[in-house]
Amino acid sequence: MSGPAPAARPAGVPANALSRYALRLGDLPLILGQRLGEWVGHAPVLEEDLGLANLALDLIGQARLLLSYAGEVEGEGRTEDDLAFLRDPGEYLNPTLVEQPNGDFGETIVRQVLVDAFQLPLYEGLMGSADKHIAAIAAKAVKETRYHLRYSSSWMVRLGDGTPESHARVQGSLNRLWRYTVEFFEEDDLDRDMAARGVAPRLANVRAAWLTSIDEILAEATLARPGEVPYSWFGKRGEHSEHLGYILSDLQYLQRAHPGARW
Amino acid sequence: MTAPIDATSGAAVSREWPLYEVFIRARGGLDHKHVGSLHATDARMAIEHARDLYTRREEGVSIWVVRSSDIAASDPQDADALFEPARDKIYRHPTFYEIPDEVKTL
Amino acid sequence: MYTQGLDVQGTDAKSGAEEAALERRFQARVDREEKIEPKDWMPERYRATLIRQISQHAHSEIVGMLPEGNWITRAPSLKRKAILIAKVQDEGGHGAYLYSAAETLGITRDQMVEQLLSGKAKYSSIFNYPTLSWADVGAIGWLVDGAAIMNQIPLCRCSYGPYARAMVRVCREESFHQRQGYDIMLELCRGSVEQKRMAQDALNRWWWPSLMMFGPPDATSIHSSDSQRWKIKRFSNDELRQKFVDFTVPQAAFLGISMPDPELRWNETEQRHEFGAIDWSEFERVLRGNGPCNGERLAARRRAWAQGAWVREAASAYAQKQRDRAESSAA
Repeated sequence: MSGPAPAARPAGVPANALSRYALRLGDLPLILGQRLGEWVGHAPVLEEDLGLANLALDLIGQARLLLSYAGEVEGEGRTEDDLAFLRDPGEYLNPTLVEQPNGDFGETIVRQVLVDAFQLPLYEGLMGSADKHIAAIAAKAVKETRYHLRYSSSWMVRLGDGTPESHARVQGSLNRLWRYTVEFFEEDDLDRDMAARGVAPRLANVRAAWLTSIDEILAEATLARPGEVPYSWFGKRGEHSEHLGYILSDLQYLQRAHPGARW
Repeated sequence: MTAPIDATSGAAVSREWPLYEVFIRARGGLDHKHVGSLHATDARMAIEHARDLYTRREEGVSIWVVRSSDIAASDPQDADALFEPARDKIYRHPTFYEIPDEVKTL
Repeated sequence: MYTQGLDVQGTDAKSGAEEAALERRFQARVDREEKIEPKDWMPERYRATLIRQISQHAHSEIVGMLPEGNWITRAPSLKRKAILIAKVQDEGGHGAYLYSAAETLGITRDQMVEQLLSGKAKYSSIFNYPTLSWADVGAIGWLVDGAAIMNQIPLCRCSYGPYARAMVRVCREESFHQRQGYDIMLELCRGSVEQKRMAQDALNRWWWPSLMMFGPPDATSIHSSDSQRWKIKRFSNDELRQKFVDFTVPQAAFLGISMPDPELRWNETEQRHEFGAIDWSEFERVLRGNGPCNGERLAARRRAWAQGAWVREAASAYAQKQRDRAESSAA
């Protein structure tokens, strides 16, 4: 896709801040898409192989658009692939939740619901971004995310309100993964800067929408919202769990083994 | 692993997901066409599965799903009785009628 | 249209003469290129042959997701990653279309899954080979999907309606599969010395197994004559295999890599490529379960099925609860 006109960018935003923000937006679907790609061929039923693959495809697509834009804004000639395959672990800015292992199908669904319920209001807010390119990407991503949330929340309800075993499993997953959601909404300087410039919505608003959505889904799924727990790993600042290293070994292997090669 | 039990009847609930038939309208203006079947536990899931299975290449604007067991079909054994009688009623077709060339618009 | 609710073909005993008459009428329909649809009268052996063939075809698609699925996390660019996910998703989709076609003949999805996982049903032996490098992903698309297309195009005109229609859908999607594989090979062969070596190595390992995909030589094949009379199989194994070789050799030449066959040569008189002897004992070995990956492939499918049991049960249980709730609120 051709580059955005410079007029699409809001005046006065430093390139490195904007590109870092775009990376943050893009690394979430990159790493989550990578995780979902592990499921293809191993889902509980054939129809879900297709369903999970569909999620992965949408997410990789979002990652490509956002990473591509991050590279353009940065202005040092880095392509979507340079950014996806050649950074060091500390340079990835995805939230720690999405690098968590897939676990069983229920754990994957819980992770997905927590993310989708966040992505939807975030993308909806980004549709009004002062950066027209990000706004356009968000407009496309919103439609995909609505479907993702429909898919993941339907499954959350079936598993939460299915059998005693399924209920116990997803409640356990929810208890384990809940603490990572703190990270979505803690504003740092970059978040505050982007919100002040109208590039990004305020995370407090995103959180309100997220919580409403999550509480509705949990109620229908007969699941209990876990209590708040202190948390301090901020993948979105490059402070990751051990899992990212392993993910990147797979992801980056070929590009690292054949520097400069075309594929 | 024991099969789940239906609370009302006490019978084992079949673990096989029911079969649904899928009908897709490819574009506005066209009929829904039967494209195949898939397994799902309810209509909502069936629609999502149909969307992922049958509309990946922009082949759909509308999806109908029906449980296969809800479809009533004519029995092929009755085909003669059901469909043969229409064969000799060719007067139902416009081409049966010879209209003189001078008469336009008919 | 049809319904699972209707009994599979009446079980009233028919006299020998009645059966023979039905069979003659059936054969006449097939000879006239009329499609046989579900619930139409058909010889039991026709039904059984189709169930076996269609379900094995479906199983092949499902198992076929695994060798390439292995490389999704390691795809070397985001574009390739997306394309590969889409391709493997398609293969799952093909399996679904085929299971759907088989179910019109009276077998259920669960029964077919049980046959696969217990080892009773076969699937295409090509998928028992390992994918050792990224070039294998290219080779599979180019050669394995290429061979599959060769087999599948005639099936679009098979006498059984649901199978023919499923094949039409599959063929439309399959040519993307072959092209993306060839595209991968093209990029590799235009690339570095290591990449080109990777491509040649993949061809060396996938060429002979791809030729074996067409099945044993005509002379030794037992199933053929009924399948041909019933228009389930329209061309012989050797015919299709020859066509595949003739199409593929120039494609390899364009890439600048060569088939691992010293006896491969163009026969000007017969206007075809002669090729070396296929090692049918390898084919037999792999078919009997002693190929490189038979164990892993089946283990992966069994694991997915077993680990997914609680999910399937939960979904069924939830659906039942919803029905109960609807009933009691209606009451």
